[in-house]
Amino acid sequence: MTNELLSIKDLEVWYKTYRGYAKVVNGVNLTVNKGEKVGVVGESGCGKTTTMKSILRMNVQSAYVNSGEILYSGENILKMNEAKLQEIRRRDIAMISQEPSAALNPVFTIGEQIRDVIRYSDTKKKFTKEEMQSKAIDAIKSVMISDPERILASYPYQLSGGMKQRICIAMGLVVPRNVLIADEPGTALDVTIQDQIHRLLHNLVEEKDMSLIMITHSLGVARELVDRIHVMYAGDVVEVAKTDDLFKKPLHPYTIGLLDCVPKLSGGGISEGIYGYVPSYINPAPGCRFASRCPKATQICREQKPSMTSVDAEHSVACFNYQ
Amino acid sequence: MSKTVLQVNHLKTYFTVDKRKNLFVRAVDDVSFSIDQGEIVALVGESGSGKSTIAYTIMGMYETSGGEIIFDGEDIANKKRTFDFKKKAQIVFQDPGSSLNSHQDVKEILSLPLKVHKVVKPSQLETKIIETLDRVGLSEDFMYKSPTAIGGGEKQLVSIARALCSNPEFIILDEPTSNLDVSIQAKIINMLLKLHEEQSLSYLFITHDLSLVRNISTKVIIMYLGKICEIANTEEFYGNPHHPYTQMLLSAIPVVSEEEEQLKPSRIRSTGEIPSPVNIPKGCSFNTRCHRAVPLCFEEDPEMIEVTKGHFVRCHLYGKCKPEL
Repeated sequence: MTNELLSIKDLEVWYKTYRGYAKVVNGVNLTVNKGEKVGVVGESGCGKTTTMKSILRMNVQSAYVNSGEILYSGENILKMNEAKLQEIRRRDIAMISQEPSAALNPVFTIGEQIRDVIRYSDTKKKFTKEEMQSKAIDAIKSVMISDPERILASYPYQLSGGMKQRICIAMGLVVPRNVLIADEPGTALDVTIQDQIHRLLHNLVEEKDMSLIMITHSLGVARELVDRIHVMYAGDVVEVAKTDDLFKKPLHPYTIGLLDCVPKLSGGGISEGIYGYVPSYINPAPGCRFASRCPKATQICREQKPSMTSVDAEHSVACFNYQ
Repeated sequence: MSKTVLQVNHLKTYFTVDKRKNLFVRAVDDVSFSIDQGEIVALVGESGSGKSTIAYTIMGMYETSGGEIIFDGEDIANKKRTFDFKKKAQIVFQDPGSSLNSHQDVKEILSLPLKVHKVVKPSQLETKIIETLDRVGLSEDFMYKSPTAIGGGEKQLVSIARALCSNPEFIILDEPTSNLDVSIQAKIINMLLKLHEEQSLSYLFITHDLSLVRNISTKVIIMYLGKICEIANTEEFYGNPHHPYTQMLLSAIPVVSEEEEQLKPSRIRSTGEIPSPVNIPKGCSFNTRCHRAVPLCFEEDPEMIEVTKGHFVRCHLYGKCKPEL
């Protein structure tokens, strides 16, 4: 596609542990087009965050990229030198972390931290104090926090969780970016505030023509916000589809199981859940990683890893036995 | 009429911020509700609304600042909790990782309540532990495992098993599945429902997931900043929500099907800020975010009104400022 902005190809990320390599990300493919909102949905520990952190090479020391490439505007981020990477982190791609209280530095005021983001967004240009202040105030206003001057002068501990989350979003938006990665931005918040934040992200993406990658464990949240969903299970992307298609016609047994588990507002009781537990990442069995929990598993599933099959132009699934 | 297990009247729990300036966090402010035998009452609210504080106050972990807690016909609000109470009422915490002692194995964890409450003879301890594990769907292999060696869902099952040891009649479940994935949540909820049916246990189920509440509870209580906004039976609650906050909550639930989308009230966007619990605005505490606020809401705190039988709401729009129809 012509407007492809970011693409991850066959990414494998392994963690070094005492018991061997934990093969957490197991060949992930993901593309983000310009102006698109992409969702990555999966349960905890499925490698969503690891994949996203690899984009900015922010993974912990023990993680190492075994193979694959991450192309941003045609350039491989994984092979870039440090200076070039810094440039991308400063200007092009921003990540909103899952835990706002851990993402903000407790010994600096919010204002100092936001001004840093502005100052380093363009090292050639010298920003004046007034310029930076007005930009910071605009950013705080755009996330619907009243009294921005007071907020800029306060320390993170003086703010509530919802406010800190919005400050993190404001930091991602204070300079125009091409890609915004949001890692479960509403999880710790009440549904009404979560809704407020989703609407905010939606508007900003539409207005500024940014691309958004939204990481979440909730299919409901993804349904509200994004255009296209990648469902991940145990380090594999198992299904990719347009949001409407995925909910109308889920194909992968895991997607079907996951949808079934979500308690429904229409009542009708709680389903049985998915049988079994997530397999170990150290020396995983060959074949499909869902095979041990899959109701449709056959012999081939235990021997071979299924590859992505396109069902139609926008819908593909990694399963031998989908219908 | 079935027996009332727990009755809470005008319960208050305040935390002192600054005594000289007379500053308090009103974590629980004038809360009244009751739980009948065999009921599953859902207590819903955002973080910081005082849900867990109510639970801890009932269990005697916090001191009350006023009001009554009547358990089994006796007011226990200002008394030390007796062994008898601790046997009949149990609590399951949100984070099993920090509520289970990682230096003990599962057998030791489960033995303690059995010994303390003298449920079985020491010789039968092991059989009883196996039986209890079996009730929550864990095999006896788990007996000698440490909580650090088992998964999050299994840990939560162990803490539920621990609560069941003393044969309680009332269990407080403080967000038992919030930290878990949906596929594991389903297993635990089903197990809890099975236990409830078998032994007519009463639950106070604390959660913020309204879709889950729809499927399990008999009664719903909505809290906002330490006060109850609305109490109603589940059917009535989802069919006819009254309080503006409840309507906003219901309209904002992320759902996964078109069918559910039809059931939600039309989208009410939240605006404004949640006030700090130290500095709650004059009048109704929801007035900073309410889309239907009238001038009186900024002046006077509304009272609890029974709109229809068993459906209580704390809003001027159903009392003093009822719009003319």
